[in-house]
Amino acid sequence: MAATPLHSFQRLVACLQEQVRAPEHFTLGYSAEDSTFIRFNHARVRQAGEVQQANCVLKLVRDGRQAELQFTLGNDPEVDQLRLTQALEQLRQTLPLLEADPYLQLNDSAWQSHSVQDQPLPAVDQVLAQIEQGAGQLDLVGIYAAGPICRGFASSFGAFGWHQANSFNFDWSLFHSNGQAVKANYAGQNWDSNALALRLRQAREQLEYLGRPLKTLAPGEYRAYLAPAAMDEIMGMLCWGGFSAQALATKNSPLQRLYAGDATLHPGVSIAEQVSGSLSPAFSDEGTPRSDLRLIEQGRGLDRLVCARSAAEFELATNGADGHESPCALSMAAGELHQADILARLGTGLYISNLWYLNFSDLPAARMTGLTRFATFWVEDGQIQAPVSTMRFDDSVYSLLGSQLEALTRERELILSTSTYGQRQTSSSHLPGALVKRLTLTL
Amino acid sequence: MFESTALLRQRFAALRSNAEFFSLRHVQQSQQHLSVRKNVAEPPFFQRDEGVMLTVRLKGVEAYAATADLSQAGLQRALEQAEALARQIASCALLDLREQPVASGRMDYCSPNLEHPVASLADCFDLLARESASVPADSRLVNWQASLGISNVEQIYLNTAGAELRQAQRFIYPGFTATAFDGQDSQSRSLGRENFGQQGGMDVIERCGLVNAGARVADQALQLLLAPNTPSGVRDLLLMPDQMMLQIHESIGHPLEMDRILGDERNYAGTSFVKASDFGTLQYGSTLLNVTFDPTLREELASYSHDDDGTQADKQFLIRDGLLLRPLGGALSQFRSGLDGVANSRACGWNRAPIDRMANLNIEPGEQSLEQLIGGIEHGILMRTNRSWSIDDARNKFQFGCEWGQLIENGELKGVVKNPNYRGISAGFWGNLSAVGDASTFQVLGTPNCGKGEPNQVVRVGHASPACVFSQIDVFGGDA
Repeated sequence: MAATPLHSFQRLVACLQEQVRAPEHFTLGYSAEDSTFIRFNHARVRQAGEVQQANCVLKLVRDGRQAELQFTLGNDPEVDQLRLTQALEQLRQTLPLLEADPYLQLNDSAWQSHSVQDQPLPAVDQVLAQIEQGAGQLDLVGIYAAGPICRGFASSFGAFGWHQANSFNFDWSLFHSNGQAVKANYAGQNWDSNALALRLRQAREQLEYLGRPLKTLAPGEYRAYLAPAAMDEIMGMLCWGGFSAQALATKNSPLQRLYAGDATLHPGVSIAEQVSGSLSPAFSDEGTPRSDLRLIEQGRGLDRLVCARSAAEFELATNGADGHESPCALSMAAGELHQADILARLGTGLYISNLWYLNFSDLPAARMTGLTRFATFWVEDGQIQAPVSTMRFDDSVYSLLGSQLEALTRERELILSTSTYGQRQTSSSHLPGALVKRLTLTL
Repeated sequence: MFESTALLRQRFAALRSNAEFFSLRHVQQSQQHLSVRKNVAEPPFFQRDEGVMLTVRLKGVEAYAATADLSQAGLQRALEQAEALARQIASCALLDLREQPVASGRMDYCSPNLEHPVASLADCFDLLARESASVPADSRLVNWQASLGISNVEQIYLNTAGAELRQAQRFIYPGFTATAFDGQDSQSRSLGRENFGQQGGMDVIERCGLVNAGARVADQALQLLLAPNTPSGVRDLLLMPDQMMLQIHESIGHPLEMDRILGDERNYAGTSFVKASDFGTLQYGSTLLNVTFDPTLREELASYSHDDDGTQADKQFLIRDGLLLRPLGGALSQFRSGLDGVANSRACGWNRAPIDRMANLNIEPGEQSLEQLIGGIEHGILMRTNRSWSIDDARNKFQFGCEWGQLIENGELKGVVKNPNYRGISAGFWGNLSAVGDASTFQVLGTPNCGKGEPNQVVRVGHASPACVFSQIDVFGGDA
């Protein structure tokens, strides 16, 4: 019987412990997945494959020096132990060439963490049949990604963490013949045929609105409702250095004025890094147990994400952030606006389901630009009138989530990352929708 | 070099399959990333990666399996996985590939100067430390960083039609950035980084201009901090090559990708304002616009002899005298669309399947020197170095921002301005191309960070361009 990923990792850790000699210290991170990827176009399978991958990141520390090496595992104990030994040797030869690192900080606690969620996933045949049935003659395009994901961590101080979860993520769009589209997603750990059917039906219903004649708006200022998926794009930009201790200290953060106390958001805006209960591992890629953090509290900057290096450089306490200091389980507090009242409260304006391709037009001012994408509707007197052609906005977060924020929804949506760059990601966000008094459209 | 060849040949020959065709693509990569930030060397990061993708075609249906298990049993297992998946999807497959030709070429390709080793780790750190130390003491300079990425990639492609294509490449990514802060605003200036990379050896560092750059880049960050905001209004826009590359990438490259036009990317990267029927008929830009897919500039990031499906790469005009001629479509897209394309079917590694990507996408030089370009502008602005990019999913409405702006009045360069942004619509923007710089303004650039595809992939792309002038563009600044 083949070794489980956990056993493979434990064997590598044991091998490393035998080879590392005082005063050397090590950390060993592990990441693996066994993924099925099926792409759809026109509700047919465009491309399908299986990917089995695993790698380790070995950090070696000695005499105040550190270096890291990531290597791919070959699913063969002898090959993998040889690669580990070679990695160790390369790092041993590297360390004497380096200066002592003034920002080296090691977590010497022997923490333990273990989480395994191995619910069975549906067979590919079953998934294909249900998607085919639900999509019918519709023009569906998207991807189904599924399989187990593992993350591990061990250190020479005795820390050991293991996270294993089976998950699926079906991310798709339905296209109307006029080119308009609605986006939907079904992701999680327990496959439910009825839940998928419901989401497909809801998307199909939204599609009917998209058949109406397209409304073209002039640039200007509009009332707008930003659905949770659109908010996720805005939050994604803020996660790009917004809460990072290093980015804040080096003035490369879009939220530097918030954290400096020179600007505030609406008092209804509270944002947390809520790792407990999320799908993310309970430990960072650096091997520090993650903390739940209050990043923004009632519109004011509070906690920042601090990795070990930033902790040493900026004399802060590390709080389990990954090396790049970006949230992995962002949670924004709900407001009071009921979902059922959104259109009525919006009155006349834009209902924006999704935003796309955001970037900063003035980073220190937290001013960002981006576009509407997928189902965006023009609403008059609380009634959907027409889909709206793609429009560009350019506005500051201090406006959208500050002076111009009117309400946040009571209901929130849990959005699981669909990102598969390098590997399937485990991050998530839990967000309300936002009603804003003024959104500036520029093109 | 190519040390795995004999073993892979042997194991590939021993694979057993019911498929009418299968291929193996083996990718081996090693990388190192070095950085010195504010005169402190950061821990070096090394990476070694190796694996294969096996692709089968079974009754016209293709599927793949990727594994890092290179044993005979591991390869056989992956092949059988791919076969099983091909059978599972057969009833609902989009494509019937029974008639699609397959590659059969045999060739080796290497990056220039690959035979010369790069500098030692210690020498590389010395270089970065020198540049970092050259930043003058100024309390407004709150951050600076010198960096160097070196990546070696070997790929071996084998298939049952007899193809054997081997490529060995080395990619170099130097960079420097500095940030200045005055208590309210911050401004950054950079060299290289995401805007520069080439194939080669230490010669790339020289061409990038990293040596002796630290003090100059830091000084420019301070100049930006003191500069007024870019004024809003319509002006002629002179884009230097390190912004042209982004303009080409987003508003020519992506819209011409055939898989977008065929709808594969509609759920993620998007579609295109270009239709299949536009090739051969659409006037994409002014008659000054000449765009090539060019794998022959050997130092450019995406120069190669064959793409990852084994199609031989050669130079092709995609747009000539402003007229749209052919898409960025690899062999599969050509088979699906019936259009001519180029060899641009590419994957980011062994664990992702090839799709239509940009490779080297260039603008051919014109006839005017930089002085002539500036001299021909009455009311304009020069912009350098991309820092912000945003474009709609059909690749039409865009807004881009640069680090560095300089106003141009009556044919002369004037003062520096900060936060230079501009916006436009691709379909009309290239029609406003009013002057193209000559070979003296031409630079070979590229980026390692082009994202696309489901599952997601990041690939390196090359863009070479002269400086170019666009008339009557909507320009604006930031809030500060």
